[in-house]
Amino acid sequence: MNPILRAVFEPGFFTSAPVRVALLAGGMAALVSSVVGIFAVMRGQSYAGHALADISVTGGSASYLVGITPLWGFAGVSVVAAAAMDLIGVQRRRGRDLATGIVRGAALGLAALFLYWGTTTTSTTGATITVLFGSIFTISGSSTAAAALLGAIALGIVAGLYRPLLLGSASPELAFARGIPVRATGSLCLIAIALAVSLSALTIGAILSTALLVGPAAAGLRLTSKPGLAILWSAVIGLAATWLGVLLAYDSYYWPPAHQGWPVSFFVVALVLVFYLLAQFGRPAGTRRDKAVARQAEAGA
Amino acid sequence: MADRDVVRIAEPGLAADREETLAVAGVGVRLGGREVLHDVRFSIRAGEFVGLIGSNGAGKTTLLRVILGLQKPATGQVRIGGAARAGRGTAVGYVPQKIELDPDMPLRARDLVGLGLDGNRFGIPMPSRGRRERVTEMLHAVGAAAFADARVGTLSGGEQQRVMIAHALISEPRLLLLDEPLANLDIRSEQEIVSLLARISKERGIAVLISAHEINPLLPVMDRVVYMADGRAASGTTGEVVRPEVLTRLYGHHVDVIHLHGRVLVVPGQDDEPTIGSRDDTHVLHADPAAPALDKAEGRR
Repeated sequence: MNPILRAVFEPGFFTSAPVRVALLAGGMAALVSSVVGIFAVMRGQSYAGHALADISVTGGSASYLVGITPLWGFAGVSVVAAAAMDLIGVQRRRGRDLATGIVRGAALGLAALFLYWGTTTTSTTGATITVLFGSIFTISGSSTAAAALLGAIALGIVAGLYRPLLLGSASPELAFARGIPVRATGSLCLIAIALAVSLSALTIGAILSTALLVGPAAAGLRLTSKPGLAILWSAVIGLAATWLGVLLAYDSYYWPPAHQGWPVSFFVVALVLVFYLLAQFGRPAGTRRDKAVARQAEAGA
Repeated sequence: MADRDVVRIAEPGLAADREETLAVAGVGVRLGGREVLHDVRFSIRAGEFVGLIGSNGAGKTTLLRVILGLQKPATGQVRIGGAARAGRGTAVGYVPQKIELDPDMPLRARDLVGLGLDGNRFGIPMPSRGRRERVTEMLHAVGAAAFADARVGTLSGGEQQRVMIAHALISEPRLLLLDEPLANLDIRSEQEIVSLLARISKERGIAVLISAHEINPLLPVMDRVVYMADGRAASGTTGEVVRPEVLTRLYGHHVDVIHLHGRVLVVPGQDDEPTIGSRDDTHVLHADPAAPALDKAEGRR
């Protein structure tokens, strides 16, 4: 084997069981988040996604107190929160942002309480670290299976509603006129977003999960004018960031300062940023109109 | 009962064998305890181009929403192709008012037109030659082929209107509704869009109802006019409706009509000025003689 490749992948990257779990579960979470993320960003729901991720911390931290898998805590609370956000259904943007902000603050307060109880009763900080920063190398087999199921539901929603969601994102009025139930499709999309951030909360942590929801999607939207291709780009970037992140975390075991490895979440989020910046400044053809519009804006300013 | 209403308002001189594409029969709407539409009645036949003229708050958008099935009328009914309105769908093409398309959204002009064909369907669209050719043909028909692959959000107002019209027409509706499509267009685009719509209406035998606050751009191509003020409507040919005595009764306020080089100016006068013309216009004017004053119409949506 090539000495450089050996240095990167040795010893035993591909034979390590935790690495295989990380590649599998991390890959699923990245795929679901980056695909659903396109719809979240197009529909202007990235703030809602961010709020759902924060609210899911409550579920993750409570799951440690009652002794269930954190994934069910993340998913249960964020799906309920998504439904509640939709039921409140504040139509004006400012009212919606206020309602979301208040619920989010209360949820984070509860999460702080649960994490405090968890930490003081078990006298470790394990739960806090796992909930906030993920546990990609130590996900159980049953959690991986559950993640696959929830991920399939989320992808099924956005695949099934692909055209209604696309038209509704372009213009709710046009969608209405076509006979699309705009409210119901929007609610299902929010559920898909809740599931996506729950999966990413499991792998890279609840506070970083929106990076995978928004980052690859934002880069994908930059790279092409075709909606299907934007989804593909987003998925490729999300998967690349996650798998490269796992590899770098694996290799960082030999890095300073502590020789204990750097957290995967850091690498994944950093790589997402790098890909976004590459997409932003190395934009290919197909978006020529953007430049024309930018020129017009400059001339008008 | 409703049929009798429709028969009563059918103007003589129009071919009796051609069925009405749209019949609005005594439609009244109350919103928040206020009467937004009062006993509006008119009909449009296939291939007719009808202008819906009125200032802001006259009730144009509400009327279009009733025809679309987005707003239930308190009284009367809307019949499309002889059948009572049964909700939204593809029988009516609709171009809403003031669409703001996001330039960051990866959606090309051809994608939006394609969504006019099957945007309400579930699942991921399979690329097919027939579908692609139909979209391309439609883009050519509205003169949008040159920017078919540009992001629709980056197009100019006139270009976006063409794409919207293609989106509305591709499902081959019998009736095309446009809500203020000339607002915010420069004079050249305005003329281009009007002549495009007139041509499509004649070539394809589509009934077109277009709302505008300014009557003059539509005068050269309009078959008939529905003039609205304060929730009431007068309909007929422009010669029948745009007369001082008709509009004075519609507004409930003295109005003069000035003809100038083939254009008309409708200007408010003083109530103590001499009144012109007869008041015997009940066959074209369905307004209550005791209509509220003009100034109450201002500031209403």
